[in-house]
Amino acid sequence: MDKKALFQQVKRALVIAKKDIRIYYLKGPVVIFGILFPLFLFLSFAVGRNLGIEFMMPGFLGMVLFFTATAISPAVAPMETQLKTLERLMSCPVTLPTIILGDVLASFAFGIVISLIPLMVGLGLGISIYQPVVLGLGMILAAFCFSALGLLFSVAPTSNTSTIMMLSSMVKFPVVFISGIFIPLTNLPDWGKAIAFISPLTYFTDLARHCLQTSGHLPVWVDLGALLTFAAVFLILALKLHQKTMPRRV
Amino acid sequence: MLKPRPAANNAIEVTNLTKYYNGNIAVDGISFAVTKGSFFGFLGPNGAGKTTTVRMLTGVIQPNKGKALLSGLPAGSIEAKQISGVVPEMANPYIDISAWHNLMLMAELYGMPGNMAKERAGYWLHEMGLFPRKDNLVKEYSKGMKQRLILCMALLPDPQILFLDEPTSGLDVQSSRLIKDILRSLNAKGKTIFLTTHDMDEANQLCDYVAIINKGSLVAVDAPEKLKATTDSRHSVEVSFGNPIELDSLEKLAGVREVKKQGDKYRLYTNNSGQLAISLAKYSESNGLTLVSLNTLIPSLEDAFVALTDKEETDNG
Repeated sequence: MDKKALFQQVKRALVIAKKDIRIYYLKGPVVIFGILFPLFLFLSFAVGRNLGIEFMMPGFLGMVLFFTATAISPAVAPMETQLKTLERLMSCPVTLPTIILGDVLASFAFGIVISLIPLMVGLGLGISIYQPVVLGLGMILAAFCFSALGLLFSVAPTSNTSTIMMLSSMVKFPVVFISGIFIPLTNLPDWGKAIAFISPLTYFTDLARHCLQTSGHLPVWVDLGALLTFAAVFLILALKLHQKTMPRRV
Repeated sequence: MLKPRPAANNAIEVTNLTKYYNGNIAVDGISFAVTKGSFFGFLGPNGAGKTTTVRMLTGVIQPNKGKALLSGLPAGSIEAKQISGVVPEMANPYIDISAWHNLMLMAELYGMPGNMAKERAGYWLHEMGLFPRKDNLVKEYSKGMKQRLILCMALLPDPQILFLDEPTSGLDVQSSRLIKDILRSLNAKGKTIFLTTHDMDEANQLCDYVAIINKGSLVAVDAPEKLKATTDSRHSVEVSFGNPIELDSLEKLAGVREVKKQGDKYRLYTNNSGQLAISLAKYSESNGLTLVSLNTLIPSLEDAFVALTDKEETDNG
């Protein structure tokens, strides 16, 4: 594909992202759920324990970003299959990677925007961002990584949204508990660390601790590198698997 | 007859196109060509392979074998999709946004400039009688309105080739007639139209050429009138009497091959409908019957379709 055609497809991916945001994301319950669900899950852990806002914020930010960026993206493909809008989209002059990229970009934008809310609240409550550029870069990589993971959940060619959401919940909840959110990596035993390293959320939470607490466990470049690697692997896998299953959706 | 001859004048060229699903053949090496500006009907019973063929031509699925070209461009390529408009069989517009937003989405996906998109969207919404409700959410539309909107979406980028998969299926008479009128006028302006349908009347009224597909294989490609002519044995006379009669007595008339009761009428198949009409008039008179109606019928496209698909079933044992 030449440069002009590539640029054209990227523009069309943005069109698909805009469509997703308008149809699936800009709904009151979706926005509220994106904030409230991680908040209550986090409070169930934090209430009654004497934890400072500096300690809580990196974990909470990681959870919000993780849950929002994976909230809707797994449901888009099954919903479009069920509502029979996918075939129309596939007959338009866009490639399958363009459709996937559009879905990822919508989820990415949603994750970033919603995650800024607790960050702003944290700033209002007195937290400091010691490395804003690194945090910004980390949020971008993590949002992209989690959005691609969300797309991976929906590769099964089903029109049943609840099946996909159940599958994604089965993965998402254990990931939250192994990712150093409630207990920082430094305090985990070796076997706990070994498990934590398989989760991409671990690296964002650790990076957030560097930026908001100056107390990360891994070097910053390792956290950023791991997020980039996970993002690339999830995106490539999502593309390959959707390429296989997409024709079975119509 | 079925082999396409590569030509610059072909809008669609299909060669040995084949598709399997789970080891079962859905489309079995079909080949045909559609000349630019023609109205081409693709007929077949349910499950014959019509929709699978359209999906391969529009790039929604990939064939296992063979190739298809749209104006010389590989089917499924971005360039081929750019010159095609599609009305899929089972597709819907996005129901949670307005008709206008659906059209603007299509315009952006086809890379149309904003002003041109708005102008064409307004034009087609007017033509389809949807303009007054352009800002309503599509979920408030009736089935006919949704189908008209889908046609608007397909026509917005001014495609050279228009694919329509059962576009009038299940629609009310007004919507169906409006869509057919628009398709006729588009064809008159030079657009190539590829229409799949199992409505023989529709194909007969609209198409210059029809292809008949059955169980994944093409059984005929020709002009509707020529296909009808291949089924001479389906000439018939339709008769209705004012009094009850025995079916057997009609079967005994000279030249009658088969008699079918259809409501209050009888349809008698023959090779010589004129002679049979005279025989029926005499039969009526000699038996003291009241003749309510008597019509000689030439084979319809439906007759040709039934004869061709039945013949294939018989040939295949």
